[in-house]
Amino acid sequence: MEATSGRGVRPERPLSPHLQIYSPLINMVMSILHRITGAALYAGSLLLAWWLIAAASGPDYYNYVLSWFATWPGKIILLGYTWVLMNHMLGGLRHFLWDTGHGYDLKTIDILSWGSLAASFTLTAIIWAFAALGGI
Amino acid sequence: MKSMRTPLKKVRYLGSAKEGADHFWKQRVTGVANLFLGVFLVWLIVSLLGADYVTARQKLGNPLIALALLGLILSGTVHMRLGMQTIIEDYVHEEGLKLAALMLNTFFAIFIALVSVFAILKLSFGA
Repeated sequence: MEATSGRGVRPERPLSPHLQIYSPLINMVMSILHRITGAALYAGSLLLAWWLIAAASGPDYYNYVLSWFATWPGKIILLGYTWVLMNHMLGGLRHFLWDTGHGYDLKTIDILSWGSLAASFTLTAIIWAFAALGGI
Repeated sequence: MKSMRTPLKKVRYLGSAKEGADHFWKQRVTGVANLFLGVFLVWLIVSLLGADYVTARQKLGNPLIALALLGLILSGTVHMRLGMQTIIEDYVHEEGLKLAALMLNTFFAIFIALVSVFAILKLSFGA
């Protein structure tokens, strides 16, 4: 037989198909989004730190930073930040459930994936509605 | 001098770092904490919208709010460091580059933690 224990020249074998071969399924898309939103929150931690530093620095710098957040690009970033946070939190909840070994039948997987996506948009809308109405 | 150890003895226990479960578990524990503290952060920010500096400062200096913020920063930076570590290990295969990226990741997380904790403490104790 040809099989060797990894020594010598490896015979050329076909690679298993990767992402580009499959048509996207919602659970796969949400899994990828979970990683992307996690990375986005990683970068977003800079904004949180910036805001805290501004508050600790004094009124002038605090207002200066707030004026940045109040610009249109600033608002779009904060809106994106809100959705990214909601999506990652709901994705985390979904994964907690899966960690317990439950919710693995196909229908439940679809419901959880679509549900967390829909809920992330809904929660973002609710939070910004509160914000638009002048806070809580 | 020739080593008296057998080849097997030399490599045994060097295989994995034996930290897989530790990483997994810390990611979950900080994830649960972040869930609650993240909701708190959203509430805090929305409640401070339109507030002037004095109001914001007073609120951020409140002991309970400062404690929750400290918790969020510590739990959050541990969580994001572990998450980014996984991403780096998945995509960066060149050993030197990977080591550098992992080290930068740790530095970045600690930087965010230190700067934020300092700011929160200053808001609580500082003049």
